[in-house]
Amino acid sequence: MLGQEAATTNGSDAAARPEGDAPHPPGDAPRLSDVDEWGRSQRLRDLVQRLYDPVYEHWFRVEWEGFDRIPREGGAMLVANHAGAVPTDAPSIMHGIERDLGRPVYGLADDMFKRIPFVNVAWSRLGGVQAHPDNAYRLLREQQHLVTVFPEGAKGPGKTFDQRYQLRRFGRGGFVQLAMRAGVPIIPLAVVGAEETMPILFKVPTLARALGLPYFPITANMLVGLGLVPFPAKIRIRVLEPVHLDVPPDQPRYSRSRIMDISEEIRSTIQEALYDMLRKRRSVWTG
Amino acid sequence: MTAGMAEATGATHTSTATKGKGRRVLVTGLGTFWGGRVAQRLEADPGVDVIVGLDTTEPTVELERTEYVRTDASYSILSRIVRATQVDTIVHTFLVVDAAQMSGRQVHETNVIGTMNLFAAASQPESRVRNVVVKSSTMVYGSTHRDPTWFREDTPRSAAPRHRVERSLCEVESYVRDYAQDNPHVTVTTLRFSNVLGAEIVTSITKLLQLPLVPSVLGFDPRLQFVHEDDVVRAITFVLDRQLGGTYNVAGDGLLPWSEVAAMCGKRRVPLPPVGRGLLAAPLARLGLELSPELIDLLTYGRGADNRRLKAAGFTYGHTSAGAVQAFVEAQRLRRAVGAPQPYRYEQDVEQFFRRSPAVVRDGRAG
Repeated sequence: MLGQEAATTNGSDAAARPEGDAPHPPGDAPRLSDVDEWGRSQRLRDLVQRLYDPVYEHWFRVEWEGFDRIPREGGAMLVANHAGAVPTDAPSIMHGIERDLGRPVYGLADDMFKRIPFVNVAWSRLGGVQAHPDNAYRLLREQQHLVTVFPEGAKGPGKTFDQRYQLRRFGRGGFVQLAMRAGVPIIPLAVVGAEETMPILFKVPTLARALGLPYFPITANMLVGLGLVPFPAKIRIRVLEPVHLDVPPDQPRYSRSRIMDISEEIRSTIQEALYDMLRKRRSVWTG
Repeated sequence: MTAGMAEATGATHTSTATKGKGRRVLVTGLGTFWGGRVAQRLEADPGVDVIVGLDTTEPTVELERTEYVRTDASYSILSRIVRATQVDTIVHTFLVVDAAQMSGRQVHETNVIGTMNLFAAASQPESRVRNVVVKSSTMVYGSTHRDPTWFREDTPRSAAPRHRVERSLCEVESYVRDYAQDNPHVTVTTLRFSNVLGAEIVTSITKLLQLPLVPSVLGFDPRLQFVHEDDVVRAITFVLDRQLGGTYNVAGDGLLPWSEVAAMCGKRRVPLPPVGRGLLAAPLARLGLELSPELIDLLTYGRGADNRRLKAAGFTYGHTSAGAVQAFVEAQRLRRAVGAPQPYRYEQDVEQFFRRSPAVVRDGRAG
């Protein structure tokens, strides 16, 4: 499908170019697609933005608090809690920032996505990047992009509904070390509502093993016949105070205790913010 | 043996055995595309006195003063040649990177045993070797779902090598490292090339791109990187000229999705199912196309190599990844219009006549 689209672009491009005009230096050639080194395509992203905007506005009615804390330029690592059997928080965060700030957001995620046919292509075209330290460094330090990280990993979305809003362990604090090395601030985000968009009632470990997935959820959505369609819970995203790491960048290694302290600090800040937001929430559906 | 002693013996040899001050170069794999091209470039260099080319097959390009020596795949006669010709530079291009070229056993003989014998010969006490360049491949990084987008020269592999060519290249590089460590007076360079494209070279990938429908892996569109064939030869001569030691990636700027590569060639893709690929392999092999497991991995997960270290050393690429694909496409169009050029054939007697016969006037004087 992508190949066809690219082929037609080629034809018109070659026809439109006047003779003797060399828009590219010798040894280079015009690109037929706008897929960047990370696999992201702005054109496809724009298309999905247009399709997703009504969902963002009218289904989840996403609302931000402290949106100004997200930098308009320069690299930063956005760290958030992760929830919902098929997490709805990541697309909401990426969509909101890309639409309102007009700058791309890359999402670091587990290598599992890269293994699944079709999913891997869609995922990388829309800004997903393999969570490898080298990738994080290049995105944050060399290219100064915004990058989202969900330190809970699959343990966040994989928790059952009775565990909602209980943050899991933040891995081994690797995200802190990445931000230290890249010399960028960490901006914690607390997301309320995603938990209720697709609550997991129970899990089927044997199916998960058979399919090679981290978990196989039976969700409330499936029981009422919605399948993978999320419930219209209201999503509220609170941007917390950015954490500036007071260490020199580009070091091969940083103090483990320092990393774990900061990681735990960020985790408890997000947890506190979640409790605060839940205290103020009157309804799951209207916020 | 210490570096000091090596210098001393080297000095005595220089005064007695060699007449000029130029370099004496041994090229392995003269019959391969690379060996032949590198030898041609060295012939044009007045600083090179002697070029000796080894291979199991005859040269495929026209050479003027390179001496061709036929050998077996594992280079058993190598130590004699190194002693007899007193070479100071070895360019090791005879490494198989395409599993479709040979059987597993032959790959092992050529890559691992050949390299082992080469370094055994080069580390003899009487060896005058001071510079070794090895043409390796970015295949040593593998291709898995856990990989970073760009491999730097010191990025470790994400998983142990699973396929025979990858495994053999990793072994070759470990021999190279051992040799460099044991012989600090020798400048050892490892060049890791990404997939090569250009006007002339034939690889598994060029064969894929010449099919009416280009095979791809269902549900995957990996990003690939290419290097132009001229940049490969230029990179080898670049490190030779500067005596640049160390390991370098040689790969064009930019990554291209496989779908885009196919589109640049004006082809549609035909997805191969994830299961039953083995059943397809047999009919494809009959068409002269072997989909090696390394190639399937590459067409699933892709690979990128960071080329900044060689650039920092002063090398400038003539082509980007897209430029290399474009050069390939243009060469294909030309070939379709005017037909394939006559392949060069090595004629032993003719070559001997031009090089040895007193009837031939050389350097403006009769021999």
